[in-house]
Amino acid sequence: MSTSIIEVQDLKKNYGAVEALRGVSFGVQEGEVFGLLGPNGAGKTTAVEILEGLRQPNSGSVSVCGMDPLSGGKSYKELIGGVLQSTALPEKMKVAEALDLFAGFYHRKRSTNDLLKRFGLAEKRGAFYSQLSGGQKQRLALAMALVNEPRVLFFDEPTAGLDPQVRREIYDIIEELKSEKKTILITTHYIEEAERLCDRVAIMDAGQIIKSGTPRELKQASAGTTRIEVRLARPDSVETLKGLEGVADCREFDGYYVVHSKAVPKTIVALVKHLESTGNELAGLEIATPTLEDVFIELTGRRLRD
Amino acid sequence: MRNAIALTVSRMRLMMRNKMFLFFSLVMPLGFLFLFLGVFSRGNPFILPVMLAQVIAITVMGNYWGLSVQLVMFREAGILRRYRLAPVRASDLLISSIIANYLLTLPTIILEFVLARVVFHVLTIGNLATVFLLSTVGTICFASMGLIIASVTNTMQETQLINQVIWSVLLFLSGATLPLVTLGKHITQIAYYLPATYLVVGFQRAILHHAGALELIPIFISLIGTGAIAFILSAQLFRWDPDEKAPRKAKLWALAIIIPFLALGYWESGHVNLVSESQSFFDSGGQQRPQAPQTPQAPPQ
Repeated sequence: MSTSIIEVQDLKKNYGAVEALRGVSFGVQEGEVFGLLGPNGAGKTTAVEILEGLRQPNSGSVSVCGMDPLSGGKSYKELIGGVLQSTALPEKMKVAEALDLFAGFYHRKRSTNDLLKRFGLAEKRGAFYSQLSGGQKQRLALAMALVNEPRVLFFDEPTAGLDPQVRREIYDIIEELKSEKKTILITTHYIEEAERLCDRVAIMDAGQIIKSGTPRELKQASAGTTRIEVRLARPDSVETLKGLEGVADCREFDGYYVVHSKAVPKTIVALVKHLESTGNELAGLEIATPTLEDVFIELTGRRLRD
Repeated sequence: MRNAIALTVSRMRLMMRNKMFLFFSLVMPLGFLFLFLGVFSRGNPFILPVMLAQVIAITVMGNYWGLSVQLVMFREAGILRRYRLAPVRASDLLISSIIANYLLTLPTIILEFVLARVVFHVLTIGNLATVFLLSTVGTICFASMGLIIASVTNTMQETQLINQVIWSVLLFLSGATLPLVTLGKHITQIAYYLPATYLVVGFQRAILHHAGALELIPIFISLIGTGAIAFILSAQLFRWDPDEKAPRKAKLWALAIIIPFLALGYWESGHVNLVSESQSFFDSGGQQRPQAPQTPQAPPQ
């Protein structure tokens, strides 16, 4: 049985009266990509910043590479790398200078030129930080996280606010790191990010982990249902739709309904009959396997980006 | 130390690329030089070195303003957070800020001396070793004072407000701009307790009296004491994150930096008449012993 490189036990953190973490526990194996998935305010960043040694928990225990992040000091920082959610560099700092400077802080370091090439920043080596696009800034942040060849990487919402094209570029980079068997803890509120990148995911809400497992396990656990997205010409009652044959659950969103069915053909037939009898019309229908978003909705009754 | 050196080099590069920094650390001090020596002195050869000392003191004091603003700006922008994730200590950042500022202040002071001699034909430039030591210790002291302001304020607005108040007091009540003889009896009592006063007096004694470092021991001790207290406190109260707020107690702790100057002020007020000393500088370029002035008066022409 392999041991966890990251161990978190009953972690609690309050900001005044606000309980940001309410007893979070999880473990991450070496070489694993572990995701904390949840909406804003779920406590993901607080958890990661405690693991990075940037915040002190109120209670609970944390161990990364066998060290306590808070008391580990410089030796601990030598082992980790990270991309913070909100951070910056001085506007007039050049790309290569930033990598050289941060590499200089560590005993083990990677060549600036290699990092610039790997992250597609070679042509920007002499550019000021203020002259970089959002995607380039994020690639530089990722490169800086790797200057010390860390054992464990923490990526806090690494693609937040980036356009889809840049997001995909960042995914490619993280997938490369995954293939190199780096241990990565990533926080995100993007479903596709968690599904594509993570070996295991913990779904967080209101300072707690409400479910964890591989993306496949989580989706399978979603009551073994199929997701049917229904758009109607006129609004209908959720309770009525829940009563149709084969329906396990139904929720209403902005003008459409997500129906979880255990028997798709029977549910569709029942739906069509119901609409005929009420004089309503079907404006659209889409069938899909459940996503992590469905799992989240099932568990919390809310969408991830609500 | 490796980190502090790397950060110092980086800070110096950044400062050299910052137009605001170049304006405040080079253009403005030189502006003061031309204003004081070219306009206010009215060509009086006795007053030129007195005013040169004031200009050098203002240049050194400028480190106070620059560092506090820089540090708060870095904290608010989230730059300090990134350093925190690396094996960098608060003291590395603070030391590098002071050294970088010092290394970029020295050329300005040298340039001021060269211009004073070449353009304004200042007859005496005094004891340069003392001037150098005073510039070094003064920069460290005032830069550390700036750092502690940055450590106990929560926003840039708050920093700017406190800076404005303290800077105005240091600039106008210390003899750095307005000679002490023009300030009136009660205001000059405040001057006895200001670090800036002793910086100005120290430079005046070094330039006009050719005073050696040993003659300025109380001034050096006070500047070093204040600098050390300010540095230690700012390292203790250092905050990396914009959302970490300074506790109210921290502001009270910051007041501890004035202790050395309270002691020096108490001692000096019993032994030295700074007003009459200031008067003597303006009367004769410091060639005569100080005499107590009867009434406040403007510098002679």
